[in-house]
Amino acid sequence: MSGAVGREPVFPTRQSLGLMKAKLKGAEVGHSLLKRKSEALTKRFREITRRIDEAKQKMGRVMQIAAFSLAEVSYAVGGDIGYQIQESAKQARFRVRAKNENVSGVYLPQFESYTEEGVNDFGLTGLGKGGQQIQRCRETYARAVETLVELASLQTAFLILDEVIKVVNRRVNAMRMAESTNVYEASMLSFLEQRIPSNVCNLPYRIEQDLANTYQDINSELDELDREEFYRLKKVSNKKQRDNAAADAEILAARERAAEKAAQNGTPPVAESKEPEPETTDVLGEQEDNDVIF
Amino acid sequence: MAAAAASTYKDRQFLAVIGDEDSVTGLLLAGIGHVTDPPDAQRNFLVVDAKTENSEIERAFKSFTEERKDIAVVLINQHVAERIRHSVDTFTDPFPAVLEIPSKDHPYDPEKDSVLKRVRRLFGE
Repeated sequence: MSGAVGREPVFPTRQSLGLMKAKLKGAEVGHSLLKRKSEALTKRFREITRRIDEAKQKMGRVMQIAAFSLAEVSYAVGGDIGYQIQESAKQARFRVRAKNENVSGVYLPQFESYTEEGVNDFGLTGLGKGGQQIQRCRETYARAVETLVELASLQTAFLILDEVIKVVNRRVNAMRMAESTNVYEASMLSFLEQRIPSNVCNLPYRIEQDLANTYQDINSELDELDREEFYRLKKVSNKKQRDNAAADAEILAARERAAEKAAQNGTPPVAESKEPEPETTDVLGEQEDNDVIF
Repeated sequence: MAAAAASTYKDRQFLAVIGDEDSVTGLLLAGIGHVTDPPDAQRNFLVVDAKTENSEIERAFKSFTEERKDIAVVLINQHVAERIRHSVDTFTDPFPAVLEIPSKDHPYDPEKDSVLKRVRRLFGE
């Protein structure tokens, strides 16, 4: 009984019936909640992938413009400024900070760019000539980097969401597949689930199914016990009636015999009849029932 | 990775760049360049040219992604990423974010981007 497939190993009692009922309800609610969470995350995920695609395109354009403005600088300065720039870079002026965004209980970090005031490593760059071009180039590149940072946060969100969605989906499926002793079977089921629309082939929701099975089993078992008990009581009362009837008949017979004897002896029947009566009751022991409750 | 602990990205505030001279110069002009304090002064950028060894790029990429905990975004030129494609593809942590950017001489090819490749794969395109 307890080793049966698709059933929790519990005894059929009222208490475990109540427990199973609560568990079944919990499983149903949990399953639907997880499913909704997974759907919400997937929606967000799709949106993010779309935005990544867009941002990547935008990045291409922005970087092209930035590269062009750098070419302008080299032309204006009349030489290579790369080395000078690399050597004078000391403190980052352009920094990012991360803040959190909550999507259905998942924290997605978002980078936010800000400029550290009072840091200027390139104060003297382009002092001779091309200062204006360099200024413009810096602004262009700052805008480009902002786009890049935006893209970076989208990408991070993408990676985290990807991972979280996998975990949530695994849990949703686990609610159906748990207790399937065969891992291969479980993976086959989940594979089928993905391929086949649910209205075509309804695959079992393992945990819920198990709980429902247990609930029904316990219910029928309890009903059975009830019926058994009722039948037993009926039997007992039948037997009691039969015994009572037999006892009554015997008493009547005893009385008749006493009356007969009295008639034969000619003695008054009152004194005689009193004697055998307690004797018969003692022998049968049935009269006790009338006085003793237990 | 269900919820990235706050500590994994709280201190990350710099961007790092690996790329050709023009890209690095431009991004440094935007003000992302940073050199850590003297004892072991580390730059957060690497200029790659034809003479740079792949191992050096690899080392810089490792240092930016794994060793340093103050870098939020690693920008890498796509043609440079192509040279260490294996390392870039196998790095899948959310932090730091690795971003492939186009360079002046090499137009951007979305087909090679490690993240876009994943996007494509997910949607079965």
